[in-house]
Amino acid sequence: MADTKEMKKVLFGPILDNNPIALQILGVCSALAVTTKLETALVMSLALTAVCAFSNLFISMIRNAIPSSVRIIVQMTIIASLVIVVDQILKAYSYEISKQLSVFVGLIITNCIVMGRAEAYAMKSPPFMSLLDGIGNGLGYSFVLIVVGVIKELFGFGTLLGFEILPLVQNDGWYQANGLLILPFSSFFLIGGLIWAIRTIKKDQVEPKE
Amino acid sequence: MSAKKETFAKTLGVVLSVCLVCSIVVSGAAVGLRDLQQKNAKLDKQTNILEAAGLLQQASGDIAGTYNQYVEERFVNLETGEYVEKPAEDYDMYTAARDPEQSIKPVPDIAGILRRPNVASVYLVNNEAGELQRIILPVHGSGLWDLMYAFLAIDADGQTARELVYYQQKETPGLGGEVLNPSWKAQWDGKKLFKDGEVAIEVKKNAGENNQYAVDALSGATLTSNGVNAQLEYWLGANGFGPYLKKLKRG
Repeated sequence: MADTKEMKKVLFGPILDNNPIALQILGVCSALAVTTKLETALVMSLALTAVCAFSNLFISMIRNAIPSSVRIIVQMTIIASLVIVVDQILKAYSYEISKQLSVFVGLIITNCIVMGRAEAYAMKSPPFMSLLDGIGNGLGYSFVLIVVGVIKELFGFGTLLGFEILPLVQNDGWYQANGLLILPFSSFFLIGGLIWAIRTIKKDQVEPKE
Repeated sequence: MSAKKETFAKTLGVVLSVCLVCSIVVSGAAVGLRDLQQKNAKLDKQTNILEAAGLLQQASGDIAGTYNQYVEERFVNLETGEYVEKPAEDYDMYTAARDPEQSIKPVPDIAGILRRPNVASVYLVNNEAGELQRIILPVHGSGLWDLMYAFLAIDADGQTARELVYYQQKETPGLGGEVLNPSWKAQWDGKKLFKDGEVAIEVKKNAGENNQYAVDALSGATLTSNGVNAQLEYWLGANGFGPYLKKLKRG
């Protein structure tokens, strides 16, 4: 059984040291689309973390029984089922937000992070560690989404979670909203900037010159 | 990964049992949560109707109760403008619009809706004394990205707009999505819909505050604004609720 230090590394490592979006550049697609408002970014983070954690757990539990010739299909089946369950729960308990997230919850199925962790970690590790790895990578994804979501909502709409922080000119305030930040592709710049910031602090993440 | 020798039977067995377990989980979730989901969808619709009715403040949480007390759903034959009986127990005008027997292709299709149901819902809002206060008409049509659905609330005489509440749309947040902006929505209150029997209301640039037939277009969202304009022109016109509203005016 792994010791506490190893567990900590697996759980918190993916947030800064080994971030799935910033270092591995996985799962960028959904990070672009759902970060326009902080609320949707939070729910999306939660949904992905849940799916990633449980898919890792279940795949790890049956990893010795999965025939390697069809392992990707078996992984996909488990991930897809979990995503549908999450989608159903969202529709039942958080109807407004599930309306806003619309197709993106379903697209967690194709999120490279979930698939990547299942294939790279859960297939080789015991269930409990895989669960931690899933949660850790979910947190890493959440970290990026929340940072981008905060910047986009605050400077694009002048609000945070719907509460007015910077009063907009349209509503007789002083703040002229940045229209660029509202559009999905502005996340490219923000995620790029975030990667730069992380790599400036953590020099070992910088790739060697070719 | 398994080091054991793989046989065809084992592979098939694992795949089938994974599929079986997954399908039980998925269908369990879908069936178990269906009631709650339908309740949510209904509550969402009622909330939007109450907003159009101007009763959302008053409802303060009790959506279903307020809705049942003040709002009455009626059905209108769009051709004749007459009230009709509810066509079916679970009648939905947007489902009916997909059935060729219960819908027509409007010509010209200015709102981009493709098919229009023969019988549409209208929601009558009464006060405590049972007097008609507002009529809420469901309108929809193409925006920039997709169909937009709204409730248009008008006065009991069928001539003056009160609210336009979009409850389902996929317009760009911050640009076309500003159809949900309270200060834009507030402009609709008191606008006149008709002039000499023709649809006069429009969404245009620099409408001016005193123009009672026009609402300012959304800046940066020309196609959404054009969509809203076309939707109202269509649904208030002869192929939409026009005949019904004319009857209403005559009493």
